[in-house]
Amino acid sequence: MTFFIVSSAIKVFVVFNLIMVSVALLTLIERRVCAWMQDRLGPNRVGPQGILQPAADGLKNFLKEETSPAMADKALFTLAPIVSFVPALLTFAVIPFAAPLPTRWGIVPMVVADLPVGFLYILAISSLGVYGIVLAGWSSNNKYALLGGLRASAQMISYEIALGMSTVAVLLLAGNVTLSQVIAQQQAAHAWFIVPLSVAFVIFFISAFAETNRLPFDLPEAEAELIAGYHTEYSAMKFSMFYIAEYSNMVTASALMATLFFGGWDIPFTTWDSTGDPSVLKTLATLVVFGFKTFVFLFTYIWVRWTLPRFRYDQLMALGWKVLLPLSLLYITLLAVAIWFIRTQLGWEYGPGMAWALGGLNLVLLIALVWWLDRGRIVSGSVQEEAA
Amino acid sequence: MAIGVKVMKRPTQQTSYLRATLKGMALTFSHLLRPKVTMQYPEEKSSKDWTLSSRWRGTHRMLTDEQGRAKCVACGLCPQICPANCIKLVPGEDEEGNRYPLIYEIDEFRCVFCGYCQEVCPEEAIHVGVHYENSEYTRDRFVYDLERLSAQTHPVSTLWDPSDPKGE
Repeated sequence: MTFFIVSSAIKVFVVFNLIMVSVALLTLIERRVCAWMQDRLGPNRVGPQGILQPAADGLKNFLKEETSPAMADKALFTLAPIVSFVPALLTFAVIPFAAPLPTRWGIVPMVVADLPVGFLYILAISSLGVYGIVLAGWSSNNKYALLGGLRASAQMISYEIALGMSTVAVLLLAGNVTLSQVIAQQQAAHAWFIVPLSVAFVIFFISAFAETNRLPFDLPEAEAELIAGYHTEYSAMKFSMFYIAEYSNMVTASALMATLFFGGWDIPFTTWDSTGDPSVLKTLATLVVFGFKTFVFLFTYIWVRWTLPRFRYDQLMALGWKVLLPLSLLYITLLAVAIWFIRTQLGWEYGPGMAWALGGLNLVLLIALVWWLDRGRIVSGSVQEEAA
Repeated sequence: MAIGVKVMKRPTQQTSYLRATLKGMALTFSHLLRPKVTMQYPEEKSSKDWTLSSRWRGTHRMLTDEQGRAKCVACGLCPQICPANCIKLVPGEDEEGNRYPLIYEIDEFRCVFCGYCQEVCPEEAIHVGVHYENSEYTRDRFVYDLERLSAQTHPVSTLWDPSDPKGE
């Protein structure tokens, strides 16, 4: 019991700091990658290659004046950044980030809390984050902030459904929501869930962008239309907390994509990491692999942000309700039938054979999906085309 | 449809969001790896693509003769032609009858950097310079006196030559 408490406390401390550091670095990476994509250099003055820029920004935010609008609801105005900050950091708790670490006192699983409810916990906690945004929009007593908050709530609710539906596909295949079990299954089958569930990944990927309010779905912020949306009235550390919340949501979403569809901390093409006795080397190697996978998605986030323009509000809603939701429902139905057929009629258990069989099915569906999406139906004009 | 908005029927390759997205992603990624255009100013002051023109008209410089005296003969042409009226000249004369400026001051805040003073100068004494870093801590430091004008070392402007308009 003491071992559990002490090891958990250490893990909480380490993971919290790790997230904060990676968020800090991420803000720098975002700015530099953005600059490179625009043929500029980006911030490179503070420290070597600008590595200390986040520290300078943080210090600046600590020292800046806390403004508070005269007509704002003081209590909610203060509460809002906390409400969006806390869930953003909580969600990472259930994601396993490395192979178990052996210590003198016992084996420590490299996850803060290996909850049996797994990603249900993530879905539950991450939806709490929208309260922070809505409260911020409401309590600022500013019409732009309020519009931002409204958009955020509508958007989050719409895309949460598609997000949840795409994870149901994982649930169907894994038969479990515990993330460490999901990873174990992917390792055992030598096929990550991206193979048998690639369509679910596409849906999850798009919804994750919307859930984290990143371009092309950054309607709640929308500098061009709403100044800065829900955090228009915020300054100093309060603003910084929204900022950290946004980036740590990105980290969690990327880590979740890596975990659910890309084998988590699994090192591909080898069974060395998941079999045999745990060792420190294995923990470190898998940690690096997990970090790399997460970083790839984080880079994609940044890459997409500096490429795509923002959706119009009706386009956003249409994509969520008319495309992603029916698509995910249809996909779950097809997948459930396929899994039922393979499990009961053919009598296979989940393994390489089943993974690649489902992979074939997904490939067909993916080609059909791309063909359909390619007909220009996603982003339509604001007026309907005349009936021919 | 209340208002008659005409909607064009366009071919798929033009309206496909998917293709446009992939094309855009490829484009931004290619830019990620391209050479950057930023010139890092305090360290780099010119690059192979950009240098300050030799015709640049910046803060003034008074040229001096071999004895280190200003070449100015206090003829009074530069304050006369100066459109901004920024040159203050009080002429003096020594025992041999040589005219020299007792006071020669240029208020660089009033100056419009037209370069007429350099064009009009018969002795090629006053010049506008190829120079742009002029920060000071107080406003009165921007009135350059004769001593300061003579002490400047930056290159002088070649101005625009009407007989050679492209500078060849």
